[in-house]
Amino acid sequence: MIKVTYIHPDGSEETVEGREGDSVMSTALAQGVDGIVAECGGSMMCATCHCHVDPDWTDRTGARKDGEEDMLESAASPVDEFSRLSCQIKLTPELDGLRVRLPEEQV
Amino acid sequence: MAWGPPPARVVIVGAGQGGFQAAASLRQEKFEGEILLIGAEEGLPYQRPPLSKAYLKSGDAEALNLRPAAFFEKNDVTLRPGTRVTSIDRDAQRVQAGGSEIPYDHLILATGTSNLRPTIEGLDRALDLRTLVDAQRLRVAMEDAERCAVIGGGFIGLEFAAVARGLGRRVIVAEASDRLMARVVSPEMSARFADKHCEIGTELALGRTVTSVSSGGIAFDDGTEMPADLVLLAAGVRPNDDLAREAGLACDNGIVVDATLLTADPAISALGDCAAFPDPRTGRMVRLESVQAATDHARAVARRLVHGTEDPYAAVPWFWSDQADWKLQITGFGRPQDDSVRTENGAILRFDGEVLSAVETVNDAKTHMKSRRLMAAALTDPGAGLVRDRLASVGYDLLAL
Repeated sequence: MIKVTYIHPDGSEETVEGREGDSVMSTALAQGVDGIVAECGGSMMCATCHCHVDPDWTDRTGARKDGEEDMLESAASPVDEFSRLSCQIKLTPELDGLRVRLPEEQV
Repeated sequence: MAWGPPPARVVIVGAGQGGFQAAASLRQEKFEGEILLIGAEEGLPYQRPPLSKAYLKSGDAEALNLRPAAFFEKNDVTLRPGTRVTSIDRDAQRVQAGGSEIPYDHLILATGTSNLRPTIEGLDRALDLRTLVDAQRLRVAMEDAERCAVIGGGFIGLEFAAVARGLGRRVIVAEASDRLMARVVSPEMSARFADKHCEIGTELALGRTVTSVSSGGIAFDDGTEMPADLVLLAAGVRPNDDLAREAGLACDNGIVVDATLLTADPAISALGDCAAFPDPRTGRMVRLESVQAATDHARAVARRLVHGTEDPYAAVPWFWSDQADWKLQITGFGRPQDDSVRTENGAILRFDGEVLSAVETVNDAKTHMKSRRLMAAALTDPGAGLVRDRLASVGYDLLAL
C-alpha cells in the first residue's frame, strides 16, 4: 500500500493508503477524503480534482500529461506551478508518502 | 413560488450520477434535513460513462463507485438500493416503494433513461449496455465472442466497438441513419469517425436497418445476414418518465420542468437525463444525456432547496466520447440542421442561424476548454456575441479570441 497525505485548505491533514496503479483522485474518493469532486471520473473532461503537489514531490510525480494543462486553466481555484489533476497521478511505490494540498474550491 | 424554509425531508428517486449529486450537494449546501436516496439497482451509486470504456477492459467494478459506503454514513444520507418506486401520491406527498409508503416534503426525480427497444425480431438475444449488471454480462460474453455486431452507431455503440476491436474481435456496427452519431455531431465529424472506425478494422453498415437477431447473427431488411456471436443493442434511450406521467405531471420527451428545474408541482423537481428543461441559450425545451447536465442540475436544485435561489439554470452543456485513441469533445449542442464550419486546426464550429451552437473537437482539449469558457460568458452576456461574422474575422480560431 502507498501512503498519501491530503492537506485541506484549513491546514488539517489526512493520510490514507492507496493501491499501486490507482490515482491520487480515486484514492481520495475511495478513502472518503473530502475536497476532490472528480466529476468526470478521471476522463480529463473537467478540473474538479485539482491538487497542488508538495514541492518536495514534484520530481517524482513528473510533468503534466497531454491536455492536463488546458483543463487546469478552468480550475475553480488559483493554479500554480505545482497544480495537477489528481486523476492523472498514478500511485507507484516511489510515491509512498506523497503529500498534496487541496484547493479551496473545485466547482 | 414564495420561498419558505428548506423542506424537512427530501426523497430522491434514482441513485445514478444526478441523484447522488443532489444528495451530496444538499449536504454541501448545509441542508440539515433528512435525505433518502432510492435506487432501483443494487449496490452503491456508480459512474456510468466508464461502462462502455475503461470498465470493459479492466472489469474493476469497485473503481466505478462514486463514493464509498462510509460517505453516505458520514453525510447522513440514507441509501436504499435495490428499491423501485412504483407510484407517487402527490396529494399526500408520499411515494410507494417496495411495499412501503415513504413521505416527502420535497421529491427529486432523477430516474434517468432506459434503452430504446426497436421492433426487431429476436431482440431478446441482444445484450444491453446501460447498467453495471449489463456491462458485467457483456464482458463475459465478449470473452468467447469472435464476431460482435452492434445495433446503433451512437456514442455507446461506437465506444464498445472500439474496445472490442482493440481486443481483436471482428466488429460490425449497423446504423439505420446514413451517418454515425447523427443526432449529436455534424456530418463532417460523423465522416471523420466513420473513417477512423474503418481504419481500425470495424465494418460499418450505414443506412441499414436490422430486422432480426438470431443465434447466428443479425439480418438486414434487404435479406442479407451478418454472422455474430454477440449482438449489442445500443440504439438510443428513452427517458424514464412513467412515474411522473402516472402522477399527472407533464411529460414531453422527459419530465417537463421550468428554468429552475421544478415541475408544475412545487414539491417535485426533476433533473438529469429524465428531465426536459428550457435550454439557457435558446429557451427551447431540451433533454440532455450527460454527466454534466445531471451534476449541474443537481447543484442548482440543491441551492434552490436550501437557499431559495431561483436563478434560472444556466450551464453550458459538454459531452465526451472515447473511441480508440480519439477523444471527441463537444461544447453546446447543435441540431442536425445546424451549419458547420471546419477550422484550420480541425475543430468544427456549428451555427444555429448566425449564432455559435456547438464546438466539436478531437484530441484538442485546449480549444474545447476555450469554447466552454466563451460559451459560458456568452450565456450571461449575450453582447459577448459568438456570432458568425465575429468568428469569421479571426478565421474561426477560438484561441484567438
